[in-house]
Amino acid sequence: MNVLVCVKRVPATAGKITLTADEQAIDTRYLGFTVSPHEECAVEEAVRIVEAQGGSSTVLTLGPEEATDQLREAMAVGIERAILLQTDGGEWSAVDTATAIADAVRAREAIEGPFDLILLGNEAADSGEYQVGIRVAVALDRPVVTGIKGLEVRDDAIVARREAAGGGWEVYELPRPAVVGVREGINLPRYPSVPGRLRARKKEVERIVPSRPSGAPTMIRLRVPVEQDSAVEILGEGPAAAPRVVEVLRRLGLIA
Amino acid sequence: MILVVVEHEGGAPERLSVEALALGREIAGTVGEPLQAVAWGPASAGISGPLAASGVAVLHVIEDPRLTDHAPEALGKALAQLIARDRPTAVIGTASDRSTEILAHATARTGLALTANCTEVRPGEPWQITRQRWGGSLLEEARLDGPIRCLTVAPHAMEPAVVPAGATVVVQPFTPELADRDLRVRITSRVPAEAGKISLADARVVVGGGRGVGSAEGFAELDELAALLGGTVGVSRVVTSAGWRPHAQQVGQTGTRIAPDLYIACGISGAIQHMVGARSAKAILAINTDRDAPMVTRATYAVIGDLHTVVPAIIEAVRAER
Ligand SMILES: Cc1cc2nc3c(=O)[nH]c(=O)nc-3n(C[C@H](O)[C@H](O)[C@H](O)COP(=O)(O)OP(=O)(O)OC[C@H]3O[C@@H](n4cnc5c(N)ncnc54)[C@H](O)[C@@H]3O)c2cc1C
Ligand SMILES: Nc1ncnc2c1ncn2[C@@H]1O[C@H](COP(=O)(O)O)[C@@H](O)[C@H]1O
Repeated sequence: MNVLVCVKRVPATAGKITLTADEQAIDTRYLGFTVSPHEECAVEEAVRIVEAQGGSSTVLTLGPEEATDQLREAMAVGIERAILLQTDGGEWSAVDTATAIADAVRAREAIEGPFDLILLGNEAADSGEYQVGIRVAVALDRPVVTGIKGLEVRDDAIVARREAAGGGWEVYELPRPAVVGVREGINLPRYPSVPGRLRARKKEVERIVPSRPSGAPTMIRLRVPVEQDSAVEILGEGPAAAPRVVEVLRRLGLIA
Repeated sequence: MILVVVEHEGGAPERLSVEALALGREIAGTVGEPLQAVAWGPASAGISGPLAASGVAVLHVIEDPRLTDHAPEALGKALAQLIARDRPTAVIGTASDRSTEILAHATARTGLALTANCTEVRPGEPWQITRQRWGGSLLEEARLDGPIRCLTVAPHAMEPAVVPAGATVVVQPFTPELADRDLRVRITSRVPAEAGKISLADARVVVGGGRGVGSAEGFAELDELAALLGGTVGVSRVVTSAGWRPHAQQVGQTGTRIAPDLYIACGISGAIQHMVGARSAKAILAINTDRDAPMVTRATYAVIGDLHTVVPAIIEAVRAER
């Protein structure tokens, strides 16, 4: 079972988003970087599948040189190999990203044989386009499902579960090779061990420079949504505030 | 023509589809073109009545006897064929899993772009949109290029608009050309929902716990308060990552979006990825040791203090009321 997992480097925003002066990007001067929780779960799923069934695991990202940090984080939890589709750091559209990923997959498969499974996050944390996985699958003519929170690999098929809109689960069966977009909750990712981190630091990252996108960028500017200021009413400090909490509960009709 | 992808259940369009139709109608009015809809499934023709109230002129119904249950690739291919035949000015879907995947399949097959989670569309030269990033904590303004503009609408960005129903909706069957292979991905079975559980998304009261709760055992008090108020427990990602609680209880960008009358957030700092999931709460009561935590400054009410003494005191006070 050969598994490829795709991750995207994004700023680890926490309390508040600050934009650059030209409103074209998030000001990342004081921020760390990470990948989407969905993608962390995709990485964990790839590691588990290869642990259980043998084969190889590879992580791929399209991004700047610094995105090797995210590749190494994936290798620190057990992914064996890494590919960087190196860019100058600017934004790539979903169409261009998917084209570059599909091209890299084709090139790699021509040499080493097919990936039985390509895992992606359901959506990227930052741009949230909800489509790169499907575009990659269409380009490679492979079956795909997204939104997956349960995965079982059989000899002939991939069985994938997605939460149904009204509760319960929808079960899909896909012939292999397949593409799957996963959601956080499919598993509980492990933390990297210290030896894992050390091993990952020494591993090589294969670099490929994808052909530049042709289309003009469509983004005009970013904007932080206006927040309604809430004039917070401090009910008190410590347990002494309990009677005022009860008043609020009564006012909201939550207790008789 | 403006084409809206409509999902329906029990003879009526889903709420999100009604919102997408409202946007479609607004755009159709601005550009002076008719509004059309596309749906699938055996009961599709039955929704033509409610669609008239959304101003739809024509309903295309995708028909193929093999489409007995949801099959994203086949439906995406069918939509691609309809788009290629009729060349709509814009194609609009909801941000549901199904609409999104069908539009992604259709646009990937027609060489079109797809813009997800729009909150506003401004037709003109060029067309412009506003869309959500980071689950809605950041907005992007962008151009919508191309001859056929494809997008999904963010949930609750539009009020469902009802128009005086005049003309009737013309129902037109659309038979796509599908090979058996196009149906290789479809639902093969279902697992029913667990009965009797209060769903986090629908709960009237959510008692939230974050890192400040400190341990899995620490949640006993929160469970008790939630039960007392007829609500349920929600948590931050720190809590699910630590394995204290299952991911099904996570509130936020990669968890569940909640809309309770009251969200009691205990020991949660209020990171943007958490807050986008709690944005629709009507009121927030923050219990936190840090007066300056974003959760406190954005709350309606706050108690400053250790949740492990405050929550038991609230439980006792509520009990004393009964
Ligand atoms: C792409 C992405 C997606 C994410 N999605 C989600 C998501 O869906 N949901 C989510 O929750 N997070 C999400 N996160 C993580 C998020 O950024 C924060 O890390 C997380 O929400 C913080 O959880 P917390 O508030 O419990 O912990 P902290 O930020 O550590 O806050 C703990 C709070 O508890 C208070 N406290 C401590 N002790 C006590 C006490 N005894 N009594 C009272 N108060 C106390 C502290 O003052 C502090 O305010 C995401 C992150 C990324 C990058
Ligand atoms: N730049 C990228 N590099 C590698 N994978 C990506 C990149 N962008 C998106 N993906 C993958 O595609 C998934 C869906 O992204 P999107 O369609 O942009 O929301 C993400 O969760 C990633 O797994």
